[in-house]
Amino acid sequence: MAVSFTLNGKPISLDVDPDMPLLWAIRDVVGLTGTKFGCGIAQCGACTVHIGGQATRSCVTPVSAVADQSVTTIEGLSSKQAKAVQTAWRKLDVVQCGYCQSGQIMSATALLTDNAKPNDHDIDSAMSGNICRCATYVRIRAAIHEAARVMEG
Amino acid sequence: MARSLARTNRRRFLQGAAAATAGLTIGFHWTGVPRVAAAAAADGMLAPNAFVRVAPDNSVTVMIKHVEMGQGTYTGLATVVAEELDADWAQVHAEAAPADASRYNNLLFGQIQGTGGSTAMANSWDQLRQAGATARAMLVAAAAAEWGVPAGEITVERGVLKHAASGRSAKFGALAAKAAAQPVPANVAVKDAKDFHLIGQRLPRLDTPAKTDGTAQFAIDVRLPDMVVAVVQRPLLFGATVRSLDATAARAVPGVVDVVQIPAGVAVVGKNLWAAKQGRDALKIEWDDSAAEKRGTLELAAAYEELAKKPGTPARKEGDVDAALAGAAQRLTAPFKFPYLAHAPMEPLTCVVKLTGEACEIWAGDQFQTIDQANAAQTAGLKPEQVAIHTLYAGGSFGRRANAASDYIVEAVSIAKALGADGKPVKLIWTREDDIRGGRYRPMYVHAIEAGLDQKGELVAWRHRIVGQSIMAGTPFAGLIKDGIDTTSVEGASTLPYAIPNLAVELHTTEVGVPVLWWRSVGSTHTAYATEVFIDEVAQAAGKDPVAFRMALLKGSPRHQGVLKLAAEKAGWGRPLPKGGGRGVAVHKSFNTYVAQVAEVTVAGDGKIKVDRVVCAVDCGVPVNPDVIKAQMEGGIGFGLGAVLYGAITLKAGAVEQSNFNDYQVLRIDDMPKVEVYIVPSAEKPTGVGEPGVPPVGPAVSNAVFAATGKRIRALPFSGGANA
Repeated sequence: MAVSFTLNGKPISLDVDPDMPLLWAIRDVVGLTGTKFGCGIAQCGACTVHIGGQATRSCVTPVSAVADQSVTTIEGLSSKQAKAVQTAWRKLDVVQCGYCQSGQIMSATALLTDNAKPNDHDIDSAMSGNICRCATYVRIRAAIHEAARVMEG
Repeated sequence: MARSLARTNRRRFLQGAAAATAGLTIGFHWTGVPRVAAAAAADGMLAPNAFVRVAPDNSVTVMIKHVEMGQGTYTGLATVVAEELDADWAQVHAEAAPADASRYNNLLFGQIQGTGGSTAMANSWDQLRQAGATARAMLVAAAAAEWGVPAGEITVERGVLKHAASGRSAKFGALAAKAAAQPVPANVAVKDAKDFHLIGQRLPRLDTPAKTDGTAQFAIDVRLPDMVVAVVQRPLLFGATVRSLDATAARAVPGVVDVVQIPAGVAVVGKNLWAAKQGRDALKIEWDDSAAEKRGTLELAAAYEELAKKPGTPARKEGDVDAALAGAAQRLTAPFKFPYLAHAPMEPLTCVVKLTGEACEIWAGDQFQTIDQANAAQTAGLKPEQVAIHTLYAGGSFGRRANAASDYIVEAVSIAKALGADGKPVKLIWTREDDIRGGRYRPMYVHAIEAGLDQKGELVAWRHRIVGQSIMAGTPFAGLIKDGIDTTSVEGASTLPYAIPNLAVELHTTEVGVPVLWWRSVGSTHTAYATEVFIDEVAQAAGKDPVAFRMALLKGSPRHQGVLKLAAEKAGWGRPLPKGGGRGVAVHKSFNTYVAQVAEVTVAGDGKIKVDRVVCAVDCGVPVNPDVIKAQMEGGIGFGLGAVLYGAITLKAGAVEQSNFNDYQVLRIDDMPKVEVYIVPSAEKPTGVGEPGVPPVGPAVSNAVFAATGKRIRALPFSGGANA
């Protein structure tokens, strides 16, 4: 049975096993590979997407659960917060291997959308579900502060 | 690894390699087509050597022979070329070189193309300076001919050639074709360091844009027409094999394409990962455990501790340790325990293979191209030169992708072959559970150290015994094992820099059926911890300040002293901390890079350790890109801290007890301390920074915990085992 939802602003209908995790539907069926597989059990955050604006682990979200909802991936980011986050990430050269960074950016964008001026504790709480094995955490913190500062103007 | 390989007599290495794998030797007789100089390269491009291409569109492409796995090698190596070329950083691009050891071998690995041991910059420095300077000289020669002026009057700045007297100027692109027609000069002079304008500056990383918008391509992202996706069911116990297989239910799963048996286990091939994984869950396999490793880590630890009581094979021997210990006024002993560790790179091991009867094409975050070519060729029944490798960004490695068995690549080729080698691409993905349970761990070790002080409190004797598996035994690197010593087991201990008159380092190499591998900073992952915690204990026993005690013993090593002094100063060593706080220090050289770190911790009433701040000083020779160096120290600190706080792979009756990030814990952002990095100015040739930030953090934090609590932590991780 086809599942219909909005992906990055466009309607899409996928004829897949409804139990297939949204992650694999996005990557293997739709072919958008910016969202990453890291653990498959919502422990690492590499697969983070926005569902109705909420940061969500797509590896444990069955595709059937997003019927009629709006899903945004790294490829579809366009909000003011997202642009500020990506710009800050570039300015501070946050990335190393880069594999987790789509998920980090999705979580950071969701954080700044909810809280325009997070402190270190807010950042640590909101970002502790996103593992970075390169441990770019010092710069993730700094880049979120930088993005908040830029948005404040 | 770097040190060992750097020291290698190449011939000896080749003999060792030849003895170990027949396939590998073929790789050494590579007959890549030599790129003729003055490359009459296509489309008016200047390509005077294997590393630089200047195109008419004004772009400069630097071919990178090393894998970019986060360490910043694309940026660092491109900087060296751009510097000598006097290019504008904005026109510089990096591109993965093809697998071809005739042009792209690691100069510290002999005839092997590969990345490891923090050698990328160290082995490329002279080579890439020459490559860039050569291209520059040819552009200058072309301008001189075009303008009819002496070459000596032409200047080059930010990608523009100028002749001041005539007022002429041109960008690189406009002269590329004419430069390509110039003879390739030999031994072009390189710059004096005082003329560097890119080296030493903070240049933006070349890979950042693609890694912030989801477009960076990792092996797991490769999509090819008709591609299928495979997962492999491997045995629960290392060394077990398939006794019987019932794939009926697996084949019935919608989307499953095929089930094939390969040496590693049983592969389920599907239209997508989800189908393949469901198929794998439906497999019915009986395993033959008769040859499997069935011991648990508790049994291994007990056996190791017994061995540590006995003399081992000497790795270093100076003076008479037994006599000095017997005559010491004060003796201290300490055991240390280190668990197996998984690398757990964020991108699980993935390889895409397209195999026909005549050719094998591989897409991977490939770290040992020449070895992987040889192993893939042997598996496929092809010659190594028939194996082409597309080296993509690796989503981390930390040593995992650099294994001499090419495990994940061989598996992918085996699957493609079993499917009929019909040219249909196969993508093999390891799940996280496969990764955590799949072996090739940092070995488990037990250490025992004994020290003796004389009546004046001088350190006069040091005996250090190490017990654990050899990383190189049974691999093509076994030829590097000399007089029973695998240097990767003892490095950092056998190279102890402290001036101690009577010193012995001994090794017991154990044989266990758990596959092991180098893990970011290799031997120093455990030797730095044992030596730097124990030297702290000795300083305490001698009633000396930990920094002053080390400084006095490091008189013969000014670079150790330099980083130690800098880190201590910047950290405010000696300044009081609030109640519950402690400060600890460690200094360690690995891969020819010197690093000292001072950690500040707060230990709560319930024993919970919070690492507040780490101050790091690094001496890695000429700092090519200071921001990349800082990033590697920050990351190394986080990586090492996660391991000492939480990292442990344990086995029960041979089976790995962990499975994923829920039970194999790694560092998360809420445990990341503030980090300050200071770089020692240096004119020495640059050395690596990918690994050397890791070793000091564990002992620095451990010594800080002691300062706060009076408790020594000698078994890792902090959260487990004896410390729980």
